[in-house]
Amino acid sequence: MKKHAVSSKVLILFIMIFFYAPIVYTFIFSFNSSKSLTHWGGFSLRWYQKMFASSDMMSALWTTITIAILATAISTAVGTITAIGLSKSRRVLKVFTERTNDLPIMNPDIVTAIGLLMFFSALGIKKGYTTMLLAHVMFCIPYVMLSVSPKLRSLDPNLADAALDLGATPFQALIKVIIPQLMPGIISGALIAFTMSFDDFIISYFVTGNGVNNISILVYTMSKRINPSINALSTVIMLIITIVLILINIIPLLKKKEIKE
Amino acid sequence: MKQFRSMAYPYIIWICIMIVAPMLLIMMYAFTTKGNDVTTFRFTIQNFIKFFSDDIFVDVLRRSLLIAVITTIICFIIGYPTAYVIAKASGRKKIMLIMFVTIPTWINMLVRTYAWMGMLQNGGIISKLFSLIGIDNLNLLHTSFAVVLGMVYNFIPFMILQIYTSLSKMDYSLIEAANDLGANNFQTFIRVVFPLSLPGVISGITLVFLPAVSSFFIPKLLGGGQYVLIGNVIENEFLTSGDWNFGSAISIIMTIIIMVSMYITKKIDVGAKIEGGDAK
Repeated sequence: MKKHAVSSKVLILFIMIFFYAPIVYTFIFSFNSSKSLTHWGGFSLRWYQKMFASSDMMSALWTTITIAILATAISTAVGTITAIGLSKSRRVLKVFTERTNDLPIMNPDIVTAIGLLMFFSALGIKKGYTTMLLAHVMFCIPYVMLSVSPKLRSLDPNLADAALDLGATPFQALIKVIIPQLMPGIISGALIAFTMSFDDFIISYFVTGNGVNNISILVYTMSKRINPSINALSTVIMLIITIVLILINIIPLLKKKEIKE
Repeated sequence: MKQFRSMAYPYIIWICIMIVAPMLLIMMYAFTTKGNDVTTFRFTIQNFIKFFSDDIFVDVLRRSLLIAVITTIICFIIGYPTAYVIAKASGRKKIMLIMFVTIPTWINMLVRTYAWMGMLQNGGIISKLFSLIGIDNLNLLHTSFAVVLGMVYNFIPFMILQIYTSLSKMDYSLIEAANDLGANNFQTFIRVVFPLSLPGVISGITLVFLPAVSSFFIPKLLGGGQYVLIGNVIENEFLTSGDWNFGSAISIIMTIIIMVSMYITKKIDVGAKIEGGDAK
């Protein structure tokens, strides 16, 4: 039994080193004063200066953040409303929507990406910010619905009826009764949408153009030559995601406290 | 409550436009040749013949599948015990470990893969580790090893999380029952625990194999420009050489292969369940 405990500790340690070594490596080398990715030349912030001076990197950062926020807001709203509507709809529509939603989830990203690429060009829409946003909304909504729908199923159908009987308009019943009950599902859906959009590479890479890049595309195109500012940019991105995660985890705790007080 | 029904209609129109139409376009392009459009639609399987009659493409396909299978096997071999250890850990430790496995998946894959480029280079941390045991000047970057490593690194959290979920849903009284009936730990694991965790294993395999087959930035970054997998061929057809018809055909071939592999995996799952039933 003891042998078991030791070997499982070694395994976990190995996995943790494997998972976090590249992250720590990026972090450390973003402060490296030499250009090398392998030799440590002393502490410096020059790659951060270079990053903030680079208009490519700043605009990619801006694109990534704004697209993620817009795509999250739109897909969360649409996904939630659709999920509620579908729960009252006929079976055929429900099954059709669920099956179609599965397509972008089950298909390899590259297939979804080339489909959208050809679709936008068939319609003559210029590739750029708008196409990227449309694509992100498209692949985020199914995930939002997947996280809202289970909550809907466990919702008591009588609640909304009671609200209506008591004189609420359908809109009031929706806002005051149904949506608050779905909140945990909506929040986790929004969180999934945000990270999916923030981290997306493959679909963005195919549907954008005309100089509009997000961070993933920039890293991909820049990685052909050694460029340590990528490490600085990576560190900033990891920081943003960590902050978002911490906020998401802390806000519910604070709310709980408020209620207690 | 029927008032709410109409709220789903806009989205149904949206998916017809944004999901169904692009899929139909891929079909249309795959079965036509270059220069055709909707008005001069002429059905052909030329693109598929071109793919299978060219040894280069068939080799690329074979290599992509091999790399994906190796990746999946390694993810399973390392991922299962890890998930098992986590599932057996106690309350707080369990939550911490699951957090540690999940966090990397939130961070951009490109960024994490890029980090491996520095680590695998000659003179990087990995080659320094190897020189400690007497192997000098090892350049692992731009090798198959680097590609498989990158894929395992990127996809193994999915395997661990899936297996963990099915292991932690397991009814522990079944294990107690097996022990009471005289099974030792090994027998309990083989006959009870493992068969019950199979659904998690299957979805873990799916979540690793699928992106591994179609990946194109991991081979490009860690395998170098010369290292071509099926995803790179599709990328080239669409973004460099501009033969969308051929590119669409390749993506259909790839999707079909993935679907068939998934079907076979599911069959194995069902088979194992029936066998498990006999053992009772």
